[in-house]
Amino acid sequence: MATSTIDLHAPYKERVKLALQNLHLKTALSRSTVRLSSARVAAMTAVDGQRLRDQTRQMKEYVLRNLPDLLEELERNITANGGHVHWARDASEAQAIVLEIARQANVQKVVKSKSMVTEEIHLNQALEEAGLKVVETDLGEYIIQLAGEPPSHIVAPVVHKRLEDISAVFQEKLDMPPTLDPEQMCAIARARLRQEFLTAEMGISGVNFAIAETGTVCIVTNEGNGRMVTSMPRVYVAVMGIEKLVPTVEDAFLQYQALCRSSTGQQCSVYLSLTSGPRREGDVDGPEEFHVVLLDNGRSDMLARGYGEALLCVRCGACLNVCPVYREIGGHAYGSTYSGPIGAVISPLLPAQVTNAEKLPHASSLCGACRDACPVKIDLPRLLLDLRSDQVEANQAPWLERQAMEIFVRTMSSRRSYENAGKLASLASNTMAALSGGNLKFMPPPLSAWTQSRDFPPFAKKSFRELWAERMARRRTIQRGG
Amino acid sequence: MHRKTFEQPPRRVALFVTCMVDMIYPEVGMATVELLERHGVEVIFPEEQTCCGQPAFNAGYRDEARVLARRFLEIFGPLVEQGQVDAIVAPSGSCTTMTSHFYATLFDSAANPAERRRCESLAAVTFELTEFLVDVLGVTDTGARFPGKVTYHACCHLLRELQVDAQPRTLLANVQDAELVELTGAEECCGFGGLFSIKNAGISTAMGQRKARYLAQSGADVVALCDVSCMTHINGLLSRQGQHCRAVHIAQILNSQVDVEAPPPPPAPDQEAVQQPRRWQDIR
Ligand code: SF4
Repeated sequence: MATSTIDLHAPYKERVKLALQNLHLKTALSRSTVRLSSARVAAMTAVDGQRLRDQTRQMKEYVLRNLPDLLEELERNITANGGHVHWARDASEAQAIVLEIARQANVQKVVKSKSMVTEEIHLNQALEEAGLKVVETDLGEYIIQLAGEPPSHIVAPVVHKRLEDISAVFQEKLDMPPTLDPEQMCAIARARLRQEFLTAEMGISGVNFAIAETGTVCIVTNEGNGRMVTSMPRVYVAVMGIEKLVPTVEDAFLQYQALCRSSTGQQCSVYLSLTSGPRREGDVDGPEEFHVVLLDNGRSDMLARGYGEALLCVRCGACLNVCPVYREIGGHAYGSTYSGPIGAVISPLLPAQVTNAEKLPHASSLCGACRDACPVKIDLPRLLLDLRSDQVEANQAPWLERQAMEIFVRTMSSRRSYENAGKLASLASNTMAALSGGNLKFMPPPLSAWTQSRDFPPFAKKSFRELWAERMARRRTIQRGG
Repeated sequence: MHRKTFEQPPRRVALFVTCMVDMIYPEVGMATVELLERHGVEVIFPEEQTCCGQPAFNAGYRDEARVLARRFLEIFGPLVEQGQVDAIVAPSGSCTTMTSHFYATLFDSAANPAERRRCESLAAVTFELTEFLVDVLGVTDTGARFPGKVTYHACCHLLRELQVDAQPRTLLANVQDAELVELTGAEECCGFGGLFSIKNAGISTAMGQRKARYLAQSGADVVALCDVSCMTHINGLLSRQGQHCRAVHIAQILNSQVDVEAPPPPPAPDQEAVQQPRRWQDIR
């Protein structure tokens, strides 16, 4: 059995259940997340990683504080270079803009470089519905496009698949003879993609960062497909979230460092493609038309609601790789374009329809490994706590939980009721434990969720405070006696 | 967060025993008291204390957590302010994190200036047990003796919020007769996470099972840790799976004394399959 796709619209519980049952998924995730994490650690310790993180964070904070000005500067410079800037409030506006550009340029086929933001706005679907052919050209993206799946990781879209699974997809969709040789598989994909590059009229990519000062769009890739997408077709469209910009060229290289080291553990990526405008007279290549779509889609709302810190994200995926929850369930279980800790934070805040997004902030043990890994030091656990608190304040917490919490606080608010509850729990749990050989094997719902897989110890027969009181009494006796 | 540095070693501390230790693991509380006393620190136990409010806070119930936080501040605040104790010590990384880090989230200085001041002054003198022993008292060897293979699990709040890691490891390294073994993924979460263990029981269990696998690979008899909540989770799985290893709170290991005057007789050389009593079984 191959690593099966999880239906993103299935209820959260169902998605998680399927993911947990999938042993191949577990193998694939364990291998790759551990590999990526240790590569990151090595790359970050090879330099002054703390300083790199601090500086990147400061720079991104500056960007957020000056967002409107910097965006306008970016627009001015792109326009001056001969490019076009479009502003999109939401997904449908962005789709309409890209479709309109395609229509005017008479486009039939689109080649794409890996981009999360276009996944976020379901651009492929919109283009295909309009009759265009869309081809993903990043090898990983190409594989999941063939498999009919969304990406399951911000940086490594096929992280959930083993080599065996990929071979199965290629055999089915590309008539590849059975092989597990990665080189042979790559060669087949490359030959196919070459044809697509040569015949596409439009290239679409996301943006890793855009430089306000020069009006330059930068994309970071390892396969070289990015530079084909940005330079071969007649029209090049870059779609970027409004937060993905940096003030200066120097800042761009700061973020480039942080991004490469954190995502794949590389010092720098194999390719860095910079596009500042359309082809000028005398240029040997480059697009005739250059468009940049600036997408809000809930981002300014996030800023306004106090979740601006999440907009510092450079989408390196480091938090996914270290996340023990992600490692167990993979990206698809999150049901959204963005998975892992950062996904759990932004998916409920983005306007995209994610089934049961409200459950995502609870899918974390708040262990904090993500914050330690994040190159911009985003305090992801705190953001998750804030989201939980917002839900409670908006009265969205389950009724039973609210009642339980009220009882809990009332009990803990007085020594008497606390001590009485303790005695009761001790009596009840010891009686039950006596029946099941020392530990509790069954508890009533909702605590049964614990005892289904784990024992629980009975409460102590004598609490610490009782032992303490006895000890103090003994001491007093000794003191009096002596 | 700024920890106070003491010119004179603290003489008297207030024990913040935590509700779980109080009600489920009193032996951990007792071991903590004995350890502190043995190192010349007088312990007082403010009996009005209950719970710091962490379960409510983590689940998003800030109003509810605030009620318990206020209570904690009112019980422990005066003791520190009036000089009755020099510090507050808790045998728990996560409860220490709650009172020293997260209380600040509950009281903003504009709306609750008094509480805010109080949480800051308490945060400076509240310590997790091993942090207190090593950083404040300067103890690196508690004189404990514990025969067996011991490994260490780093509980998340202790490691990542309080940044306490070297302290417990140093203390364990100096335990006589303990053979320290490496634990793969020692810094990975065990999957407890409070309500997470109930709300996302499947993921929580999968994380714990990974921990249990690593523990089995390590060959350890016991895994020492500084938080009874993680201890409950890890033991819950180990016991359900019938594994031999057990999680033990570090206070119990650091407090374990074997009478040096009369060591237990060595096992007869040729006697096969002499079952050595497992140390954790005595402890539990
Ligand atoms: S939150 Fe941090 S670690 Fe996660 S993807 Fe964004 S920048 Fe990377």
